Amino acid sequence: MDILVSGLLLAGTYALVAMGLNLQYGVARIMNLANGELLVLGALASFWLFVSAEMSPLLTIFLVAPVAFAGNWLIYRFLLLPLVKRAKSQGHLEVDAILATFGMSFIMVGLMLSIHGEYFTYEFLTQPITILGSIVALNRFIAFLIAVAIGAGLYLWLNHTRPGAAMRAVAVSPEAAGLVGIDVARMSAFAFATGGAVTAVGGALISTFITLDASIGVLFTMKALIIVIMGGVGDIRGAILAAIILGIVETAVATLIDPGLTLTAAYLIFLLILLFRPQGLFGRRAT
Amino acid sequence: MNSTSWKEPSIAAIVAILAASVPLVFDAYWLSVSVTAMMYIALSTSWALFSGPTHYISLATGAFFGIGGYLVGTGMSDYNLSFWLMAAIAPIVATILAALIGLATLRLSGVYFVIFTLGLAEMIRNLVSWIQNNFLGSRGLYVLTDFTESHIYWMLLIIACCVYLLGWLVNRSRLGFALRIIGNDESVAKHVGINTAMSKVILFMTTGFFAALVGAVIAPRYTYIEPNQVFSPELSFLVVIMALLGGAGRLWGPLVGVIPFTLIWEFVSIQAPNSTTLFLGLVFLLIVYVLPHGFVGRIDQINKKLKERSH
Repeated sequence: MDILVSGLLLAGTYALVAMGLNLQYGVARIMNLANGELLVLGALASFWLFVSAEMSPLLTIFLVAPVAFAGNWLIYRFLLLPLVKRAKSQGHLEVDAILATFGMSFIMVGLMLSIHGEYFTYEFLTQPITILGSIVALNRFIAFLIAVAIGAGLYLWLNHTRPGAAMRAVAVSPEAAGLVGIDVARMSAFAFATGGAVTAVGGALISTFITLDASIGVLFTMKALIIVIMGGVGDIRGAILAAIILGIVETAVATLIDPGLTLTAAYLIFLLILLFRPQGLFGRRAT
Repeated sequence: MNSTSWKEPSIAAIVAILAASVPLVFDAYWLSVSVTAMMYIALSTSWALFSGPTHYISLATGAFFGIGGYLVGTGMSDYNLSFWLMAAIAPIVATILAALIGLATLRLSGVYFVIFTLGLAEMIRNLVSWIQNNFLGSRGLYVLTDFTESHIYWMLLIIACCVYLLGWLVNRSRLGFALRIIGNDESVAKHVGINTAMSKVILFMTTGFFAALVGAVIAPRYTYIEPNQVFSPELSFLVVIMALLGGAGRLWGPLVGVIPFTLIWEFVSIQAPNSTTLFLGLVFLLIVYVLPHGFVGRIDQINKKLKERSH
C-alpha cells in the first residue's frame, strides 16, 4: 500500500513532465534530449530562490513558467527552426535535433555546475500526513495536486479550445494543418515553448521532495522518454497510465530491492514495450 | 580493380607505419596523449562504420567499453584468469549484447535506438555495482600486467588498423552497399529486398566488438578498475563528437576529428577542468550548425570548388 501511494504521487509529476515532452515531440517534432536539463533548471531556480530569498516553490513556479516559455520559444525560433527548414526528411531532422539538443543539454549542465555544483538540498513542507493509511511527506502530496491541476488544465485546453484543436491538428499532420490555414511554424513554436514551461514547472515541483544536482538531468530525460514511448507519442491518456506504471514500479524496486536499481527497472519496462508494444499502450499498429 | 581503389589503403598503410614509430620518438607525456588519441581513433572509426552510413547515433560505446574493462578487471582480480583470455572473452560478450540490443531496437525508428543507448552505460553500471555490492563483495579490481604504455599503444594501433581494414572491406561488399541505401532511404532499401534490420544489427555488433576490445586492451593502463570509472557515459559522447567532427561519411573522417579534438580536449581539461561539459556542448552545436558533414565535408566542398574553377 505504501508503495502504491508513493508511486502514484511520484507518477503525478512524471506525467506532467512527460506531457511537456509530448508537446515538444508530438507537435513540434523535436526530439528534445535537453528535456531533463530543463527540468533540473526549474529545480535549481526553485532551490536558489528558496535558499536566498525564502521564496516558496509554490510561488516560484509562476516565475519559472513564463521564463521557461520565453526561453524555449527563443530556442525554437532561432536554433531549431533553421534545422526544421533545412531538413530534407523527418529522419534528417531527428538526427539534427538530437545532436543540437545534446549540445544544449551539455551547455545547460555546464552553466548549472558553475552556478551551484552541489546538491540542491532544502526542506519545504516536510511534515508527515496520512493518505489511505500510508504516511507521506506533505510536499509530495502538494506537488502531486499541482501536477494534476496543470495536467488537467492542459488536457481541457487541448481538447476544448480552438488553439488546442489547431495544435492537435499539427500533431496529426503538419501538411494538412497548413492546408486548412493553421500557421504551423507558429503553432510548433508555441507547443515547444509550452512543453518547456510545463517541464520546468515539473522540475520545480520535483525539487521539493527529491534532492537533485546539476548533472542528473539525463536520468529524467530517460524517464520522460520511456513514458512518452510507452504511452504512445501524442497520447495523453497513455502517458498518464505509463507514468503511473513507471512511478509504481520504480518505487517498488527502490523499496523492495535497492534504490540504485530504479534505472534498471525503467529499462526493463522500456525493453518490454519495445518488444511487444512499440506503438504505445493504446496505440494501433501502423499498417 | 583499378588503381584509385588501392590509393586509400596504400596511404593508410604508410600512415600506420609512421604511427607505429610514435613510441620511439615521443616522450612520456606525448606518448600518453597518443595512447588516448589512438584509443579514440579505434573507437570512433568503428562507431562510424555503423553510424556513418545508417545515420543511427549510437551512444552505447561507453557501455561496451566498460564491459571490456570490467570483464578484464574481474577476471584477473577475482578469478585469476589471464589477461589474454579475458581480452578475448570480453568482446564476445559485448557482441552478444549488441546483437540483443540491435534486435530489440533496430527494427524500429532511429529515435528508439538513440534513447535506448543513451542510458545504457549508466544502467549497466548500476546493475554491476549492485551485483558487486550484494553478491561479490569487493569493489575495486586490479589489473596488473607487464605492459608499458608503448605496448598498449601498439595494441591499439593494431586494433585501429583492423577496424580500418574491416571498414574498407565492408564498403566494397554487398553489405556496405546495402547500408548506404538504407541510410539514404530506408523504405527504398526495403523495397529492393534488403533485410534492413539484419544489416544494421550486423554492423552494430562489430562496433560493440571493437569498443569492448579497446576497453579490455586499455584496462592495464588504469591498473585499478571501478565500475564508476569504466562505464562512463561521457566516453560515448566524446566518441560521437570526434567522429562527427571529422566526418562520419568517410573511413578516414573520424581520424581527422580525433587528433585535433584530443589535443584541444587535453588543453581544456588542464586549463579549465570545470568547463569541460560546457565545451562539449559548444562543440555539438558547432557540428550541427557549422560543420554538418564534419571536416571531411568541408574538404570535399573546397575540392569541388577548386575543380569548378579550374574547368
